Amino acid sequence: MTTAAPSRDATAGPEAGAGTAPATEGRRIARALLRDRGAVAGMAFLALVVLMAICAPLISAVTGHGPNEFDPTAIDTNLGGLPRGSFGGISAEHLLGVEPQNGRDVLARIAYGARVSFLIAASATVLTTLLGVVFGMLAGFYGGWIDQVISRVMDFLMAFPALIFMIAILSSLPAGNRSVLLVVVISGFGWPYLARVVRGQTLTLVNREFVEAARASGASTRALVFKEILPNLRSSLIVMTTLAVPGYIGTEAGLSFLGVGVTPPTPSWGQMISSSVGWYAVDPMYFAVPGLFLFLTVLSLTVLGDRIRAATDAGEAS
Amino acid sequence: MARYLAGRIAGLVVILFLICLFTYLIFFKLSPDPALMICGKTCTPDRVAQIRSVLGLDQPLTEQFWNFLSGLFAGRDYGSGANLVHCSAPCFGYSFQTSQSVWEMILDRLPVSVTVAVGAAVLWLIVGIAAGLLSAVKEGTWWDRTAMGLALGGSSIPNYVLALALQYVLVVRLQVLPFPAAVPFSDDPVAWFQSYLMPWIVLATGYACLYARLTRANVIDTLAENFMRTARSKGLRPALLLRRHALRPALTPITTIFGMDFAALLGGALITETVFGLNGVGKMAADSIAKNDQPVIMAVTLLAAFFVVVGNVVVDLVYTGLDPRVRVR
Repeated sequence: MTTAAPSRDATAGPEAGAGTAPATEGRRIARALLRDRGAVAGMAFLALVVLMAICAPLISAVTGHGPNEFDPTAIDTNLGGLPRGSFGGISAEHLLGVEPQNGRDVLARIAYGARVSFLIAASATVLTTLLGVVFGMLAGFYGGWIDQVISRVMDFLMAFPALIFMIAILSSLPAGNRSVLLVVVISGFGWPYLARVVRGQTLTLVNREFVEAARASGASTRALVFKEILPNLRSSLIVMTTLAVPGYIGTEAGLSFLGVGVTPPTPSWGQMISSSVGWYAVDPMYFAVPGLFLFLTVLSLTVLGDRIRAATDAGEAS
Repeated sequence: MARYLAGRIAGLVVILFLICLFTYLIFFKLSPDPALMICGKTCTPDRVAQIRSVLGLDQPLTEQFWNFLSGLFAGRDYGSGANLVHCSAPCFGYSFQTSQSVWEMILDRLPVSVTVAVGAAVLWLIVGIAAGLLSAVKEGTWWDRTAMGLALGGSSIPNYVLALALQYVLVVRLQVLPFPAAVPFSDDPVAWFQSYLMPWIVLATGYACLYARLTRANVIDTLAENFMRTARSKGLRPALLLRRHALRPALTPITTIFGMDFAALLGGALITETVFGLNGVGKMAADSIAKNDQPVIMAVTLLAAFFVVVGNVVVDLVYTGLDPRVRVR
């Protein structure tokens, strides 16, 4: 992918680092996003899904269907367990229909599944960003053999066929806590992509005048890293992480789809789609509902990331 | 140049060796005992010991790893006496499930994976670059906005969702395509094309969208360059301007990305092959993972890594040829 151009907003010198600039820049980006119809729609949909995830028990209480509760009255045993009624059994009782064969409520499973997907994606993002920033800055700041070692490890990890390996690791390791394993595996293979950019930017920043000036005036290494370099990485970090989140949601769903993600009966979107594969011809709503939720979530995050990048780039160009 | 190449190849060998070691440790150390899996439910300790000795699992780990490595280059023998089986290089061992030679299993399935990968690549290059070019030339128009909106949407559909949706619409509803089944080209070219069409579309969609956006961005950047202004002021026709001056610098970065994406695909398009039931390397990997067939998992991982690493070096060399500015002396 195109590596982001080195940050150009540092011309104001060291005092611009953490003072007034971020607040106004943040506000400018927020204003630009609110003016954009696509970004607003994306944020609205994400807010809806997050709300669904948080209120999952409430949704279950109101509709009266838990995520793992069988409802034999909603399916037709004469038709091999197909949901009664059209569109996958959508009715006042089951707002998004039911699963064939066991009659579990799709709305409840979507809401509980959102919890799993979002939690895993959020944790993976935090861990990946942490690893990427720490190793990328170490390599860029110290250079020399530290850079050599970290860069070779990154080459090594990026040469791996990550998906095959993720599946293999997840299926060969004993069950344990699947969600934690997923986060570790996704982050373990994901951090080099962020670290590479961070390293490149740190390399150019270290030799900039304002960093040299700070060093000459006796700033400690800690101050150099946290006060001079990190604030200048902020905008590209925000862009890279927002663009990475949809990838993690997709990876989690993909791994669950292949049967190595979260284990049943814990619902997850990928798993719901996976179990609908045998039914797509007779009950298309069964894959359409979770598929649509997954698609719209990834789309919203992608649009949002894209618009944030456009807003940041516009700020840097001016 | 020769020195640079030698350095690259040395690095390549080191990385492949490390991947080999890492994969070996994970699959033969962490996962359940393969001898028990082969032996099945009616198993005696003697039988387990026998299987372990035939597979060489009773030897120390370093020796096992060495045997595996040397088998790759020189071939190796399994068992002894009357049971001696020779496995010629490159020897990836025998499947725990079917007792077939893993290398032969891969050779059997590689054509399907290559067909899927090549077809998809042709599709995404044509669609992606064409859409990106048109978007860039008509920047800001209705066409540009629609194409980029579609590209954003297309890159957000998980490929298995797209696969199911396509199958439902094209096969179940409109009945324009038969249920997917890999038909060899020599049997019936039309049926062959129909059977691979959906896998190609599914695999190509995400990449086509990405390439459309990249092409658009690169062409717009190139059109703003000084040499373009010079060419324009010389009075060059717009079509010629685009073809002669803009395309090469704009598409060079795409070559790099294409090389890496394509190399990654040769290791098997795991999800696409699994969803459509195509018997390629990717599906073989998924199946062997489900059955814990370690020699096969090892081989596919190594093969896929090999393509990625070699692809990287090839891309760098091609890039050097295409862009004189990065030529190494």
